[in-house]
Amino acid sequence: MKTNDLILQTVSKIILFVIILFSIHLFFAGHYHPGGGFVGGLMTSGAIVLLLLAFDIKTVGKILPVDYKKLIGIGLLFSVGTGLGALVVDLPFLTHVFGYVNLPILGKTSLHTAVLFDTGVFLLVIGVTMTIIQTIGESE
Amino acid sequence: MIEIVRVIVGCCVVTGALLSLVTAFGLIRLPDVYTRNHAASKSATMGVMLVLLGAFLYFYTEEGYADARLILAISFIFLTSPVAGHLISRAAYNSGVKLWGHSVQDDLREHRLVQNSKEHLPACEPREADTKSQP
Repeated sequence: MKTNDLILQTVSKIILFVIILFSIHLFFAGHYHPGGGFVGGLMTSGAIVLLLLAFDIKTVGKILPVDYKKLIGIGLLFSVGTGLGALVVDLPFLTHVFGYVNLPILGKTSLHTAVLFDTGVFLLVIGVTMTIIQTIGESE
Repeated sequence: MIEIVRVIVGCCVVTGALLSLVTAFGLIRLPDVYTRNHAASKSATMGVMLVLLGAFLYFYTEEGYADARLILAISFIFLTSPVAGHLISRAAYNSGVKLWGHSVQDDLREHRLVQNSKEHLPACEPREADTKSQP
């Protein structure tokens, strides 16, 4: 019997934006509020899992042509790279820099290299979660 | 002004809690999956939304802090909870959970019977509830 998934698909298309927006908020608010790379990454992968529930695995692969195993590598590179960047300027490994920068549109913004480390965690968590779920989902 | 808002906040939270209690009573007392789902997906949604609205109003008036995440949560629950109820109900129907014995109407079953006879498929088995409820 053919099932009609119109309600689920329509609602998940709308809800997807809410979840991804909230995960980005969690990611960027991590320095001053509860949140950070781990929760943000988990929530982004939750949004992709919602897409996987509403559509099949091939459609999602077409919408997001991402190799999640490579995403793990990119995330690790980000994290190790921020650590090695401190070595270049003769500081101990994983030393972070904090400062206020005047950006053209955003104005005075506080930037921290820990955000780059967090980006690594973010990408790594998405990569690991999606690899686990897709591997389990694909096996017959 | 602030006292009026306090009363409104109190009303929101208490009404929301009462609606959640009504949901719990409905889950215990109603006879089958579909009626229970009806109780759970409607009044629990409204109850949680009212509690969140009360929390939003409280933090907005007392602390002067408009928490956009609460507004987002209200709209999120408003969108997703009925869909969850719909999916649970449909899954229950498709896996053959019986209706309550006193139910008199099952339009989806009649629709499926008509469709199956059009496609020359074997009709689904008659249900106990059907034979009981026939006038």
